Amino acid sequence: MSPEVASAPAPGDETLLFGWGGTAPTRARLATPLTNSDAHDLLSSAPARGVVARGLGRAYGDAAQNAGGLVLDATALSGIIDADLERGVVTARGGTSLDELMRWLIPRGWFLVTPGTRYVTVGGAIASDIHGKGHHVDGTFGNKVQSFRLLTGAGEVRNVQRDTEPDLFWATTGGMGLTGIILDATFELIPTETRFIRVDEERCANLDAMFAAMESSDASYRYSVAWIDCGARGRHLGRGVLGRGNHAFLDEIPAAKRARAHTFGPRQIAIAPPLMPSGLINPWTVKAFNEIWYRKTRVTHRDTIQDIGLFFHPLDLVDEWNRIYGRRGFVQYQFVVPFGAENTVRQIIETLSNESLPSFLAVLKRFGPENPGMLSFPMPGWTLAVDIPVSNTTLARTLDRFDEMVLNVGGRVYLAKDARTRPENLERMYPRLPEWRAVRDAVDPDHVVNSDLARRLGL
Amino acid sequence: MNDALGSVQSALILGGGSDIALATARAMVARRCRTVILAGRDPESLSGAAKELTKAGASTVERVAFDALDHASHPEFVRTTFDRDRDIDLVLVAFGVLGEQAAAEADGAEAVRVLDSNFVGAVSVLVPIVAAMKRQGHGTIVVLSSVAGERARKSNFVYGASKAGLDAYCQGLGDSLVGTGVRLMIVRPGFVHSKMTDGMDAAPLATDPEHVAETILAGLGRGSEIVWAPGPLRFVMSALRHVPRVVFRRLPL
Repeated sequence: MSPEVASAPAPGDETLLFGWGGTAPTRARLATPLTNSDAHDLLSSAPARGVVARGLGRAYGDAAQNAGGLVLDATALSGIIDADLERGVVTARGGTSLDELMRWLIPRGWFLVTPGTRYVTVGGAIASDIHGKGHHVDGTFGNKVQSFRLLTGAGEVRNVQRDTEPDLFWATTGGMGLTGIILDATFELIPTETRFIRVDEERCANLDAMFAAMESSDASYRYSVAWIDCGARGRHLGRGVLGRGNHAFLDEIPAAKRARAHTFGPRQIAIAPPLMPSGLINPWTVKAFNEIWYRKTRVTHRDTIQDIGLFFHPLDLVDEWNRIYGRRGFVQYQFVVPFGAENTVRQIIETLSNESLPSFLAVLKRFGPENPGMLSFPMPGWTLAVDIPVSNTTLARTLDRFDEMVLNVGGRVYLAKDARTRPENLERMYPRLPEWRAVRDAVDPDHVVNSDLARRLGL
Repeated sequence: MNDALGSVQSALILGGGSDIALATARAMVARRCRTVILAGRDPESLSGAAKELTKAGASTVERVAFDALDHASHPEFVRTTFDRDRDIDLVLVAFGVLGEQAAAEADGAEAVRVLDSNFVGAVSVLVPIVAAMKRQGHGTIVVLSSVAGERARKSNFVYGASKAGLDAYCQGLGDSLVGTGVRLMIVRPGFVHSKMTDGMDAAPLATDPEHVAETILAGLGRGSEIVWAPGPLRFVMSALRHVPRVVFRRLPL
């Protein structure tokens, strides 16, 4: 067939889809558009239950699922379209992974806002308005975006500029993919002289020490995040390891490494096997892990030169690491509370510890200013993310109680992580929800774009 | 939608008048469930239950007519119940009759009535329900079986046979549903103090509808395929299953 002849895109197969947490799987038709016009055709033929785009499936809950409907695997719509390496601006298609971008950009002296994994797409990064260790300086991924092209549920391609169309721009940024499919985006980069980060690590003996350390000196670091031992009790409650760093300049790294200062080729060292038993991550294994993790750090540890991959994405070293939670999977509970509500963070860590809810990945971060994203998660304050295996029968109630505590101080949970909050909570957590709904209804009056998350939370 | 921890937002309850069904509906409403559809032979008689669920926090409680014995009506019943602008996250199959063992032994029609309701009726309605849930792409089916189906006893083998048939059907059905987004959980309660067993002598490890409801919710949270109520019955029945016939038939069961 000659390439000029347009052919109908493959309709896709019925597939069971779930989020990174491996919970609440649903079945949908998964189709892979190869071109923007495929995406358009598939969207126009969407079944009654609608369509949603899916990237690399790193949302923990049900954001990229659409039971009984159509899911567009966007990963084939990938690649860099345009790059201005003088000013540090790049245009990439929606399905391009941050991994692909970094492998191309870092050797050329540029970096970008990254979460704890490189395996997210540009479209997903905008839809979840992702943040990383640099939020207090750089803001979210959305803060760096200048414009994107959006295929709306009504089948229109809109060229959305941050400056001229702020409503649709900020409804899409953090909008969980519900305003349409992001075909490509133009965003600003972060300059870097090497592929290394100069890292300072320190142990903090309890939560107050941790808060104090972050408050007093986060400003001198571009990147900052703390790992918390959620099993520690009493005067050790909230102890952890604070890791902070800045991009290393060429003259700061050992001479031996200078020749390869730009080579970026991270590899995976292992893959978690399938069919792991549920229950491997339990209070005892987690306690042992946490003790070792806490002790392995010297009390303070200055000026270590770490590869970007190791500093930002240690979990990417193990492919499919979510499998260690077994068949039942896990939930990640991530909330933010404003400054002044430190006590809520303390109470939640205390409850996790008292109820022996095993969490070996607990991460505390001090957010910077919020952006105008209507459903964007970050706000100035403290965010804590904990991974908890689905096994404990009281977990549902405990997390409901956490929601109430978070709501009482004006906080919220992160939709990209959520798999269980009550729909009633949503408008209290995201007061601009009515405004968001108005923009969404204007671009997609029939709600052609739909997802399990949208159904569950009544978005 | 089902959430990550097994809570549902809407439920269709077949046999909405039963004590276990109502206790389960109450427990689900206490979690996330906001829409409950109570189906029973006489929807009028479900108004008390409907009021109670509304008071407990359900925003929509519907009452619809459903007759387990009228098999021909089942496809239409499922079509009209599902074809709305809403999902049904969970279907609880809770209808059933205990029957009169003595009468069923003497009268073939009584034996057939028990089988037609508990086994044939359940299968007849499950077929279109499974199809509707597959179209929806997700859903949970909870079927009330019974320990009576685990090993037939001379004192109630007609009821036992109906539940054994249902249980076997659901085991196979559950396995066939893997990968469809629809899952099925079998519940095997022992003796439950309820309207159904009113006036009967309680068996060992007897329980109540609230406990069965909690067991169901816990099973949903864990992703269980079979739950026993109470839990230890699993081990009791596993032992009883291997008791030789000559001994078993002499046991006062």
